[in-house]
Amino acid sequence: MATTETLAPVDPLAEAIGAADGRPEATAPTETPATTAALAHEEEAEVKPKDFLIIDYSGDLEKTWAAMILASTSAAMGVKTRVFVTFWGLQTFVRDDKRITGENWMQKMMSAMQRPGVSHRKLSKMNFLGMGPWMMGRLAKQYGVASPKELLEIAQEMGVEFIPCQMTMDMFGLKREDMIDGMGEPVGAATVIGLMTDNSVPLFI
Amino acid sequence: MPVIEITQLVDARGLSCPMPIVKTAQAVKTIPSGAAIELLATDAGSIKDVAAWCKATGNELIEQTSDGTVYRFVIRWI
Repeated sequence: MATTETLAPVDPLAEAIGAADGRPEATAPTETPATTAALAHEEEAEVKPKDFLIIDYSGDLEKTWAAMILASTSAAMGVKTRVFVTFWGLQTFVRDDKRITGENWMQKMMSAMQRPGVSHRKLSKMNFLGMGPWMMGRLAKQYGVASPKELLEIAQEMGVEFIPCQMTMDMFGLKREDMIDGMGEPVGAATVIGLMTDNSVPLFI
Repeated sequence: MPVIEITQLVDARGLSCPMPIVKTAQAVKTIPSGAAIELLATDAGSIKDVAAWCKATGNELIEQTSDGTVYRFVIRWI
C-alpha cells in the first residue's frame, strides 16, 4: 500500500522527462522486449560466420603448400572453405600421372615445359633444377610437415570445395578428365566476385 | 561436476602445423557430444593453435599440460 503511494508521484515526473526528451515514457516499457528481440535477431544475422575463399593462382610449390595448409586448417575450424583454382594454380590440380595436356601444340608445349600435378610443383626461388623441392621434401618429412598432396587430400576429405576456372581450362586445353577427382563445376570470375562480396574472406595466393 | 569421459586419444606427436588441429577436427566428429578427446602434440605452435581452434569451433579446452616436449590437451566436444 505504502509503496504504491510513494511510487505514484514519480510517474508524472518520469513522463514529463520523457516528453521533454521526445520519448514518451509510458509506451517505452511495452516496446522494449520487442525491440530487444529484434536487435538480438539482427545481431545474430550479423555474426553469421564468414566463409573463406582462397584464389589459388601461382602454382609455385611454396605457395601451393601455404594454400593447402590454410584450406585444410580453415575446414578443420568449421569454416566453409572454397578454393578457386586459376592460371598456374590449375596445373596443381591436374592428375599427377598426366604428362602432356592440351589440344594444340602450344598447350602441349606449355605442359611439357612445366609438368602438371600437385607432386611436381617447382619452387619460385632456389628451384635449382629440382634440387630445392627435393630438399624441401626431405626437410618436411624430417619435421613432420604434411606434403601439399597429403594436405590437398585432407582438405577434400574435410569438405573444401576446389573450383576450377573455366577460362583457364579452355586456354590451357584442360579437360575435366585431366583434373583430379572431386573438383567442382568450372566457373568464371563473376562467381568468385559474388562469393567474395557475399560473405567470404578472400585470399589471393 | 560430472565426470567427462575421454573417448579418444589423438597422437599428433612429431607432426607439424596444421596436422594436430586437422587430426583433432577429424577425431571430434567421431565422438558423442559431451565426450572428450586427449591430444598429444610436440608442435610448440599447438599451444596457441588448440586454444584458437576451441574458440572458433565452440569446444572446450578443459585441460592443458606439458612436460616441456609433449603438450597434452583435453578437449570437450560440445
